[in-house]
Amino acid sequence: MGNWIVNHGLDTFILVVWMGINIFLFVHFYLFYDLGPQFFYTRQLLGSALAWARAPAAVLNFNCMLILLPVCRNLLSLIRGSFVCCGRTMRKQLDKNLSFHKLVAYMIALMTAVHTVAHLLNVEWFINSRHGRYGFLAGNLSALEDDEDDHETFLNPVQSDSTTPTIFAFTTIAGLTGVVITLALILIITSSMEVIRRSYFEVFWYTHHLFIVFFAGLVFHGYGRIVRSQVTTDPPHNTTFCKDQPENWGKIPECPIPQFAGGFPQTWMWVIGPMVIYLCERLLRFVRYLQTVRYKKIVMHPSKVLELQLLKSGFKMDVGQYVFLNCPEISQLEWHPFTMTSAPEEDFFTVHIRSAGDWTDRLIKMVENLPEGSQGPKMGVDGPFGTASEDVFDYEVSMLVGAGIGVTPFASILKSIWYKFKDSNPKLRTRKIYFYWLCRETHAFEWFADLLQVLEKEMEERGMRDFLIYKLYLTGWDHTHAAQVMVNFDKDTDVITGLKQKTHYGRPNWDKEFEQVRHENPSSVVGTFLCGPPALATDLERRCVKYSDVDPRKTKFYFNKENF
Amino acid sequence: MGKIEWAMWANEQALASGLIYLTGGIVGVAGQLKGWEYAAFGIAAGVFVCLLEYPRSKRAKGTNYERTGQYCFTVCVKAFGPLTSNYYVRAFLHAALCVPGGFMLATVLGCVCLGMASLIYLSAAIHGEHWQPIMPKSEPAKSVTQSIKHPPQNPPPRPPAEMRRKRAEDLESAAYVNPLPVTANE
Repeated sequence: MGNWIVNHGLDTFILVVWMGINIFLFVHFYLFYDLGPQFFYTRQLLGSALAWARAPAAVLNFNCMLILLPVCRNLLSLIRGSFVCCGRTMRKQLDKNLSFHKLVAYMIALMTAVHTVAHLLNVEWFINSRHGRYGFLAGNLSALEDDEDDHETFLNPVQSDSTTPTIFAFTTIAGLTGVVITLALILIITSSMEVIRRSYFEVFWYTHHLFIVFFAGLVFHGYGRIVRSQVTTDPPHNTTFCKDQPENWGKIPECPIPQFAGGFPQTWMWVIGPMVIYLCERLLRFVRYLQTVRYKKIVMHPSKVLELQLLKSGFKMDVGQYVFLNCPEISQLEWHPFTMTSAPEEDFFTVHIRSAGDWTDRLIKMVENLPEGSQGPKMGVDGPFGTASEDVFDYEVSMLVGAGIGVTPFASILKSIWYKFKDSNPKLRTRKIYFYWLCRETHAFEWFADLLQVLEKEMEERGMRDFLIYKLYLTGWDHTHAAQVMVNFDKDTDVITGLKQKTHYGRPNWDKEFEQVRHENPSSVVGTFLCGPPALATDLERRCVKYSDVDPRKTKFYFNKENF
Repeated sequence: MGKIEWAMWANEQALASGLIYLTGGIVGVAGQLKGWEYAAFGIAAGVFVCLLEYPRSKRAKGTNYERTGQYCFTVCVKAFGPLTSNYYVRAFLHAALCVPGGFMLATVLGCVCLGMASLIYLSAAIHGEHWQPIMPKSEPAKSVTQSIKHPPQNPPPRPPAEMRRKRAEDLESAAYVNPLPVTANE
């Protein structure tokens, strides 16, 4: 339990607060509409569907306000910057922005369903009341019309006997915007399922821009003021006394004709703030897009890996951060994230781009066909944006786990360590780094082995071999590999990587690794950093909990994950 | 990543539309709204679309994402051959199924969503895609090797040499030679 609090405490706290607010809003507005005396006559027409429509609406307002905030990456960077004092647990939450975005989106989807079904019934029951199917009182209430001379205000928005639900839905502002934004929402959701998002990013990315339609519709959704409540009149209209004698309304002084008014539309007040923030975010991205970026060097590595060394004035980065790149010659709208592989100590920044899809393929082709000595295609750079691995130096001991392409952020970290060593930087709190690299095939990352090789040599010269312990795991291997390894068993360096450290075959036995780290660092705070698949993340997270000790004097593991 | 396979999105969209159509239909029938006959059709169409769309197609390239327990659905859908694997057929089927939903408000959302799914399927069909079942990979039959020609006559665990002794009652059948002279228990 104690371990669990160490690792998940703040997460859970935030979730509980968010869920608490949702539940409070739902219950509060449900009771408000279900018990409020001003809605007594409205309930005569609609029954409990009124409350069932309005309570989700309140929750929707709240969640539509939240949904834009986690995707404002520059805003998050700003908050991260101002939280430096508040410790790493706080900042770590900001890396879960996309999970929170999804959570809020699920809530929006659920509440939309409830809201839509309830309003569906409301429309039907408004029409039924109009036709007098719910008795005398409901019929009388429905017959009220806006009339200056008779001092009447309507309650039932269905003012014609020939209206059908479909006509009503497509001729009122609320109905039409409701249908349109629900459709937009459905398209957004179906195109952001994991299989689409991961495999066909463009479909996901372009369809997600329907959010503009969604928010535009949302702001005007309440404009028609269809849900109406009774307003106090002089003399007052006492519902308990008058509800049984609607034929006498306006005839006896106790029962004047009840007056009704529409509720003030509130949604725009909830969402306008985040909309402005998001607009600023997009403007900032546009400014970034206009800033000039120069190429220092373009290197084409074997196995279709492109290294771009870029220069941009005023650009300052930290380890493990990433940038968004936009190449207008390929697409004006698409920004793609790339982890920087250079150290902050260098005066330029580099990205390694592996051929993986349409966008990267076209970029590589474009660069390959460049005439000798010319600048590369125009490139917009937005960033840098921080993720957890900039905290690496704050932990005494760091366990870095990179899987496949996930080694990229660690390139920056290891390079930076190398520079910090050279300058004997006092900021370097780290005493020891364990680095695990799990890889199916190393060909795509030959450039990374080069980096490790340089680092290894440097450390050996300084007699600091214990500082960095790295273990390579080749998960995809066959008998030819094994035979080669057997032949070269006596050699000093590994056959595949050319490194001193021999490659392991198969997956690491994490229990053993964690046990070893705990044994070697009996009283340290260990940061575990992963850039890899979610299955591995759950696995490591569980082990971090398992091997942490509540006792503050003993080893504690903190789990961090990069999100892409 | 590579080429966009529209059918994958169409599949998600159609499955969602099926659920929405179904929900709309249930609300329409349960609430006995005017024109609930269309809602009843909506329930049937929704269930049918969900069953048809539940098994995801194999991707042209890359990892397959199977839905939980889709195997038996895959078998059923596969049984209809070109009728279910051709996306033109699906596009027209969905377009036809969505029409009755337009006649009543409860099923309008399902109708429009299914219409959109139909359009996406049409684009998938135009791009030359078709549905392929994801079948479990058949394990390559392990060939029984003939490496062991003569099985060991004295299988492990074997006692150390000085401890070996033949059972006195069966001296001939033992494989090894007795290091020590053996006599029957006295």
